Amino acid sequence: MSVDHTAFSRPGDVAPLPGAAGVRSPAGSGATTDEVMAVVASRELVDATTCFVGIGIPSTAANLARRLHAPRLVLVYESGAIGAKPGRLPLSIGDGELADSADAVVSVPEVFNYWLQGGHIDVGMLGAAQVDRFANLNTTVIGEYASPSVRLPGAGGAPEIAASCGEVVVVVHQSTRTFVAELDFVTTVGHGDGPGARERLGLRGRGPSAVVTDLGVLRPDPVSRELVLDALHPGVSLDIALAATGWPLRVAPDLSTTTPPSHDELAALRALVAAGARRP
Amino acid sequence: MHDGDCVALEGFTHLIPFAAGHEIVRQGRRDLTLARLTPDIVSDQLIGMGCVRKLVFSWGGNPGVGSLHRLRDALEHSWPHPIEIEEHSHAGLANRYVAGASGLPFAILRGYAGTGLAAGVTNVAEVACPFTGERVSAVAALNPDVSIVHAQQADREGNVQLWGITGVQKEAVLAARRTLVTVEEVVDALEPRPGATVLPSFVVTAVAEVPGGTRPSYATGYSERDDAFYASWDAISRDRRTFLDWMDAHVLAGARTR
Repeated sequence: MSVDHTAFSRPGDVAPLPGAAGVRSPAGSGATTDEVMAVVASRELVDATTCFVGIGIPSTAANLARRLHAPRLVLVYESGAIGAKPGRLPLSIGDGELADSADAVVSVPEVFNYWLQGGHIDVGMLGAAQVDRFANLNTTVIGEYASPSVRLPGAGGAPEIAASCGEVVVVVHQSTRTFVAELDFVTTVGHGDGPGARERLGLRGRGPSAVVTDLGVLRPDPVSRELVLDALHPGVSLDIALAATGWPLRVAPDLSTTTPPSHDELAALRALVAAGARRP
Repeated sequence: MHDGDCVALEGFTHLIPFAAGHEIVRQGRRDLTLARLTPDIVSDQLIGMGCVRKLVFSWGGNPGVGSLHRLRDALEHSWPHPIEIEEHSHAGLANRYVAGASGLPFAILRGYAGTGLAAGVTNVAEVACPFTGERVSAVAALNPDVSIVHAQQADREGNVQLWGITGVQKEAVLAARRTLVTVEEVVDALEPRPGATVLPSFVVTAVAEVPGGTRPSYATGYSERDDAFYASWDAISRDRRTFLDWMDAHVLAGARTR
């Protein structure tokens, strides 16, 4: 289960993040910060493409996209469900509804070896506990590996999703705890140490194309591969984003503001979440 | 099963062999190497009850809920005793089973390159393609002493059929020296189902009929996943005393009353 890492990045023993779930976004649309994140992430997905989906906000965003602008988006879950069309948000990547609604269900070795490694997936959506300036991800430990202060779930499908999908969208809350100068552990390679890193490592996909946070959207510089702040969500100041980043954050000269969630987007998202809450 | 065995309990969120795991706890097995892609509640229970010496895994969490507190307590505080871990990605560990099932010494994949997993993990190495020289990752075959899976049905000859999300069970079974299968139901004849995995009796050591033996996981066609229990495990497992009391009441009590 690749990517339900956001749940583990905020165990009960740490302070809630500024953009934690349920907090009203200053956008004024009535959306929470998590809702803004899910909606903006969903817009990264293009219709009639294939998407390798993890649980958590990535799954929410992918299912939302399929209900809005990308009805032919093919959702692939690492449990082997290809073309899943769940009517409600699954709690795990192996919920029965994913298999029941899928075009095909294949084994775990097959989904990774043939479908993902074989180059059939356009985009992967991943969460993380830590992100660095090159969009490398940590979902393994906080602290030393041998004596971690927080043991996170581990890799799951993430390393190969990031290696082999055409591109990767990372969805993660932004704070100095998550946006760190140096990862405690490199679970998943984004853009490595910069230009040429993916090619040297033999990673076939193009790597992270966007990091969507509760504060805005970051994209890699085409040359240096370093993440650049591309847009802020409405009502979020640049100072907040800079202060929530553990390295000197580069800012796009034409820094823009994301479009607030529309009425339709919010209604679809809330219906999706409500259907999930009614699970038996 | 014996103390010290390498035991694979597979079932990728579906068909998790909970009843078999509980029997391992009741039998007080020790020093096990537990192999499982997605250690979840059943692994948390085995670790918290001190059955496991080493965990071979690729993602350890309570899906959609949070941490495995018994796993974390073992790794962060050595309770009830220190455990070793060997961690992979899903693709890496799945391919360890593929190699084991194929009778090969290793399998190859594109993975691990540039990650911390490549540096610190045993049973992973970089190799060159003999044809092109391209560098890829090799993972050593995993051949468990015992693989345990849960399935929907077996017939009276011991042929087993499972369907829905079939995970890595076929590979885990074919890689193992011995295979134990618990089933929802023993039927007179298996009805062929598209997409099902069939494990013929000649690769199955023993079958036990255990209706509901996968709860709180689920068996497609028989039961629903008990999401509420997965959520409640967070509070049960967070505290050592609460955990031990729960295991005593719900797992060990079964041993005393038999």
